[in-house]
Amino acid sequence: MRQVGNTLVVRMGGELDMLLSDYLREEIDTRLEQSGVRNLILNLEKVSFIDSSGLGLIIGRYKKLKALGGKIFIVGAHPPVDKILHFSGVNKLVPMYNSEQDIINI
Amino acid sequence: MNVTNFVKFEFQSLPENVAFARACVGAFASQIECTLDDIEEIRLVVSEAVSNSIIHGYNNRRGEKVEIMVTIIDHDTLEIIVKDYGKGISNLEQALEPAYSSEPGRMGMGFTFMRSFMDEMEVISQPGEGTSVRLKRNFRVRDESVLA
Repeated sequence: MRQVGNTLVVRMGGELDMLLSDYLREEIDTRLEQSGVRNLILNLEKVSFIDSSGLGLIIGRYKKLKALGGKIFIVGAHPPVDKILHFSGVNKLVPMYNSEQDIINI
Repeated sequence: MNVTNFVKFEFQSLPENVAFARACVGAFASQIECTLDDIEEIRLVVSEAVSNSIIHGYNNRRGEKVEIMVTIIDHDTLEIIVKDYGKGISNLEQALEPAYSSEPGRMGMGFTFMRSFMDEMEVISQPGEGTSVRLKRNFRVRDESVLA
């Protein structure tokens, strides 16, 4: 987890189920509150699995930051994870990019 | 209907055991001729059903019991039963609605995934006694020569 200007970049790894999601929810929210940062990049390059707990983590942060005028992006989702993000419609709410560099370039 | 193989196991209602449960069922299901995508979908539905038991059935109470029974039928059909002895679902119709969740941090996609990735889904729940979710899917490879 690192801060770049007004953006918090979270590089996740492993399987994003209820165990990891509960842990990350607390870590991310604490960091957002303490830093006052309003933009969030969730890097899923090393995430191999996601279920509705992981989707809940993303949508929860989306709602929170949207209410504060901030933005959230997803980066690097591989096919199994990408499939679930599309199936659930999360991709319609949260813009998805191939790399962190792609967001910097826009 | 012939049972090709069967496995039953139980574990404590701990978040750590969700990964264990989906890994076990995924490994068992790989005895059926199916794709890696199919196995991923099986892992997902098991994750959803077990998470439901822990979060909703037991209100995240640790140390309760979750049971899983998996049967391979006629070499090509998988049946999974996930059972808990928690509080049950008082309004089953509402719980089965897409995007419904009684927990603010969840997305309410669990039953939608189960219904979408499996051929059959049956939920039996009794308030105060628990919930049992039965999921079934056939992986029979279509005979292209018959279809031609």
